[in-house]
Order: sequence, then C-alpha cells, then structure tokens
Amino acid sequence: MQTKNIMIVGVGGQGTLLTSRILGGIAIEGGYDVKLSEVHGMAQRGGSVVTFVRYGETVAEPIVEEGQADVLIAFERLEALRYIHFLKKDGVLIVNDQKIEPITVVTGMAQYPEGIIEKLEEEHKVLKVDAMTEAKKLGNSKVFNIIVLGLAAAHMDFTKEQWIKVVENTVPKKTIEINTKAFELGWEIGKK
Amino acid sequence: MSEKKIMLGNEAIARGAWEAGVKVSAAYPGTPSTEISENVALYDEIYAEWSPNEKVATEVAIGASMSGVRSMVSMKHVGVNVASDPLYTVAYIGVNGGLVMVAADDPGMYSSQNEQDTRCVARAAQVPVIEPADSSEAKEFVKFAYDISEKYDTPVIVRTTTRLAHSQGIVELCDRDNREDRPYVKDIKKNVMMPGNAKLRHIVVEDRMKALAADGYDFPINKVEYNDTSIGFITSGIPYQYVKEAMPNASVLKLGMVHPLPKKLIEEFASKVDKLYIFEELEPVIEEQVKSWGIKCVGKEIFTLQGEYSATLLKKALLGQQPDVKEAADVPARPPILCPGCPHRSVYTVLKKLKIHAAGDIGCYTLGAVPPLSVVETSVCMGSSISTLHGMEKAKGKDYVKDWVAVIGDSTFLHTGINSLMNMVYNKGVGTVLILDNSTTAMTGHQDHAATGKTLKGETTYMINIYNLCKSLGIEHVYEVSSFDLEGLENAVKEETKREEVSVIICKAPCVLLKGNVFKTKCEPVPEKCKKCGACLRPGCPAITKNEDGTISIDDTMCNGCGLCKGLCKFDAIKEVEA
Repeated sequence: MQTKNIMIVGVGGQGTLLTSRILGGIAIEGGYDVKLSEVHGMAQRGGSVVTFVRYGETVAEPIVEEGQADVLIAFERLEALRYIHFLKKDGVLIVNDQKIEPITVVTGMAQYPEGIIEKLEEEHKVLKVDAMTEAKKLGNSKVFNIIVLGLAAAHMDFTKEQWIKVVENTVPKKTIEINTKAFELGWEIGKK
Repeated sequence: MSEKKIMLGNEAIARGAWEAGVKVSAAYPGTPSTEISENVALYDEIYAEWSPNEKVATEVAIGASMSGVRSMVSMKHVGVNVASDPLYTVAYIGVNGGLVMVAADDPGMYSSQNEQDTRCVARAAQVPVIEPADSSEAKEFVKFAYDISEKYDTPVIVRTTTRLAHSQGIVELCDRDNREDRPYVKDIKKNVMMPGNAKLRHIVVEDRMKALAADGYDFPINKVEYNDTSIGFITSGIPYQYVKEAMPNASVLKLGMVHPLPKKLIEEFASKVDKLYIFEELEPVIEEQVKSWGIKCVGKEIFTLQGEYSATLLKKALLGQQPDVKEAADVPARPPILCPGCPHRSVYTVLKKLKIHAAGDIGCYTLGAVPPLSVVETSVCMGSSISTLHGMEKAKGKDYVKDWVAVIGDSTFLHTGINSLMNMVYNKGVGTVLILDNSTTAMTGHQDHAATGKTLKGETTYMINIYNLCKSLGIEHVYEVSSFDLEGLENAVKEETKREEVSVIICKAPCVLLKGNVFKTKCEPVPEKCKKCGACLRPGCPAITKNEDGTISIDDTMCNGCGLCKGLCKFDAIKEVEA
C-alpha cells in the first residue's frame, strides 16, 4: 500500500491533538506503521496549528509536504484555504464550516476572505459540516472535532467498528459516550 | 511478542530512561522537552522533579550520578546555556551511575528565541552526543547512552529536535533493567575540580574522546546502508528520514553518535561513494570536521543553515526538482495570541493606557509584544527583564525608567529573575517590577513550580510565597493586586513608577487554562446601549469581533468570562451572564 497522508489543520485549542491521536490509533488497529507529528508550545496559543498523520507499510518522514495530502481535515474555513496547496489533486477536503477571525482581522489589519468553501469546491472534492451547531445539538460544543473526524472517517479505509473501538480507547473515560455519539453523527453525515 | 505502543518522541525517551534503570530525573520545562519529565514522573521507580532552572536540575542529576545511580536531566536547547556551567566541568569529573542530559533543539523556532545547535556546545564541552531519528530509536538510544556513559566514564548528551520530540511512532516495550546501585567511592582527585585535579582530568577527557571516536566504528547506532553508490549521504536524526523519503536508493551513513565522529567509518564510507553529501539541520558540525580531514563533500553550499529540513527541500537543492504544487493562498496570518480571559491581557491593557514601556521576558506574556497590545519592547532570555531594566536605569538615569516596568512570570522569576532582583536591590537600582503570577508555568503546558504547592509527582509541598520572598530581599514596596482589578493596577503602576526605589507589583490571577479555574460567567453584548466607541476591542480579545454596524459580537464558545471588556465599557453595553 502506498503511504496515506492525512493532515489536520485548525486554530490552537480546537483539539487537533486528540484527533490526530485517534488517527494514529486507527492506523495501528489496521496493522500499519504510523508516524504523527504535532505542534506544542507557543504556536498553540490561538495560532494556526497543523498536525500530520502518515501510515503505510513503513513510514520514514513524519511530515506531510505540499501537494501530498490524501485527506485534509480543516477545523476552520480560513485554515482550509491556508493549507489547501498541501492537498493532492484527487484528495478530499473535510471542512468544518466555521469562521474564527484571526487577530489580524480583529484588529483591522486584514480582511477575512469571503466564499472560501465555494472557491475550494471548484477544484477539489469538499465535504463540509457545521460541526459546532451539530455538537451543540448533542449538548456539548467541545465534541465538534469528533464530528468532523467521523465525517472524514467515512471516507477512509477502516470499518466503523474499528473506529469506535479506537475512539473509546483514546478519549478520556468520562467522555466516551458523548464522543462516540459525535463520531457516529459525523459518520452518518459522511455516508449520506 | 512484546507489547507495541505508539509514543511521542519525548514519551519514548522517558520509557528509555525507565528501561535503563534510571532512578533520578530533574528538569525545568521548555518546549520541546517538557513531556520527557511529565512521562518520567508517571513511573513509580523514578524520582522526578521540576527544578527551578536547568543549572540546578543538572547539578541534581550529577549528585545522583555521583552517589551511584543512573540519572537524567532534560531541557530545551537554551536551557543548555543555563546548565553549561556544571556541564563543562562534569565532563571532566565523569560519572559513577550513568548520566544523560537530553537537549532538545528547535530548528524552525516553533517555540524558541533562537536556533542554536547543541552539538556546538557539546563539542566545546567535550561531551559525546547521541542523536536518534524516531521514537523507537529514541528509547533504544537512551539505553545505549547510559551504557557508554558508564563504560567511558562520561556524561552523554542525547540530542533531539522538535520534529523528533513531537512526532509519534511505534515503539516496542521492554522490561526495566533493575540494576544494583554502584557503590559510592570517595575519590577527591576525580570529584573535586580544583586546578591540580582538573589538569589531570583534562588529559583523561581528551583520551576518552579519542577512544569514543575510535570505538564508534563498531557502535551499532552508527549504521551504513549501501545501495546505489553514485550518491552517498552522511546524516543523522530526523534528516535521515528525509533522505530515505526523497532518495530511497542512495547510500547512507546514518550516524547515531554525532560527537565525536567515527572518523574511520566516515573515511571508509566516503571512499565507496562517488559523490558525498552531508545532510544536517542547523550548523555544519559534521561537514566542517569531514572537510578538515581532506574528504570532498557538499553540504551547506546547497543546504540552508536555517530552519527545518524536509524531503522536498532535499530534492529541490540536489535535483533542482520543483514539486508540482500550487502556490500557497495569500491569506491573513494567524499568529499566536494571548487566550481569551488571559490575565496578562488585563495587565497589558493598563500598561498601554498609561503609555508604559515593558522590558519583557520568556513566557506566554512575551505575546504582549504582538499588536494590538505591543507593550512588551524587549525579550532576551529567561530572567532578563529585570536586569535589562536595571541596565537601562544605570545607563540613562532614574528618570529614564519612570515610564518603564519589567514584566516577568512567576515561574521565570523563580528560574533566574530572583538573581536580577537581588542585583537591583544591592546596586541601589530604581525601577518597577511586575511579576505576572498566574500560578503555573503556562506556555509549556502548565507545569508546577516552587510557588504552586505541588511537585512534579503531584504531591503537596511547601509553597514558596513570592511576596515574602521579595520582602526578604529588603524591598519595602511590594504589593499584590488582582490582574483583573483595572483601577487598582493603574493606581499601583502610577504610584510605583514615580518612586525612586525598587518596587514589586505582583499581579495575581490564575492562568485561564489552568484545570479547575472555571469562570462562572460569560460576557454578552447589549447592542442597544453600545456607542460603538471600540474601547472593548482595544485589548485584542479574540472572542470579540466588530459587526458591520460598529457594534460587537462575543463568541460564547471562546469567552471565558474574565470581564475585562465589561470593565472597559463606560456605557454598560456588555453584561455578565451565567456560563
């Protein structure tokens, strides 16, 4: 199998680390070699954050480079646009339809671009979800990232049972129920 | 089959220490090294502590080693500067129990103030350096480091980089080596470094480095892979992975020990390949030595001295290959900022209003240099705020610093800031020091320190009182103010900057991300009362955005209810509601 390249992008504090850990877990569950690369420290403070997941027979480089991502998971619209050039031509973009203004926009130094998703849809396969609204309906806005992951999972190689097992093993014990629900919701949306 | 686990590089280093039978670990937090200690602390067999700084941590590990147990000290690259005093001399003393220093470099400066290369320090200090290339090697190489530490009677540096420290890979777990402690032997000639003894030890050090360089030929961590011999790479650590990704058919000499270099192995490899490249991030440490031996090779002529490498960088530099990818979109930058509800924002809002300049330090609060706050005007290294302010005052006189303050966090103050404050008192300094006390080491992910009342192991301990500590230096004017008390803070800063003495204002409020620190309220706009003056927007809280009509919105998922915006609004156009 050719090495699969997954990228998760978002804003510091959106839970990219938890999501990448579940992706790492699913790769092991599938019997693959896997490498993940994360961002800690200063960059996490509300900045643009990227994590990489690569799995396959044997994986050397721990990062995904430009034009190589099979799946780009974006937790925010502007971040999807920022990293879209990492996506392969036939790759799929999973995007959470949410806007978080960067400080450069809040302070009037820059404009938040309009019509991002429409523009990206012209050139790529795009699956979008308003995960924040969906998560609030489930009663916990924090699990929006797991909904987005569920949507991405529906377009990847593993069975739903494998995913659920890994989600249960990765998230904090007290939150297993709500996270499983969130994952299943994302999965259903993705399969539609 | 033994158990396999996916582990962060830092987690694997901790596991390696445990498997090697380490009993004592000390560190000061610093990205990208912090998780080593956090994981070491989870093993019951290892005593693990946060020390106030890297120098102290290193000395703790040295003491443990002298007593006959295996010990570890870990830090980020700039921490090695702080620790270099004991490091340079323990290189002469050597070890009893194995002694490993893990030093985490940060090519690309993801979370650092410079891009220094620990290998240069290690060469100057005459300490061997081991460099793993993934999580699995991280664990195994740490164990190997302890073996050579004891065999060659030397401290050993395990060098990592951010990419290794914060990447996860599969690791095969082994059992712990429950070795006996080595007996302590009184040996003044070896352990007391005064001139007469040190002169003799220096000879030992040179001999030891020669022996390591020669024996490196057979070290299993130095690995030769002969494939197509028209191109050969000498590389180590994470850059090895980029070579394998970009040029899987090339021949490679992967060095596990990057100092001292195994000369014979390198000469042999160089003679078997037609064209030799040295692929190393940051300084040309391997390259310059190889060239000095008269071996023809190419390195920094085509590979940059700056930042992180990648497979694409290698292909571009070597093959002139431009990847077929689109240009990055031109989008607004999203730099890191202070969190919503961060107490530092409140303090900086006051300083900005009073047009005060701040000599800054290392921590989350360095972000006070970023617009729209732009209050912090200097930042050098840990503890530097207080001493740089003092230097300004001595250079330009006491009136010059009347619109200046030093800002320093609680953990950074205890790290080295305390020395600078002592200096101000001793040398009749004039100036106002703001200790931004958020009850944690925040930037690195909330580690405890000597003033939090908790140890790294999670045990309750004596809590050093920063107020009393400052008082004990003989400073008369020490005040504690809540970071969110805008009026109290403004008055204190106005009053103290006028004073021709040393003053300390401790601005207290726990980090908003600290576990258990939950605000019971959130802020909500009252649009009908809004005069669109923009006062609430000035601190640059990311939860507040301006609407097209000039009123504001507050993102209820981001707002932490600190009430700073409400306090700044003169028209009651922001209210607090239950969270």
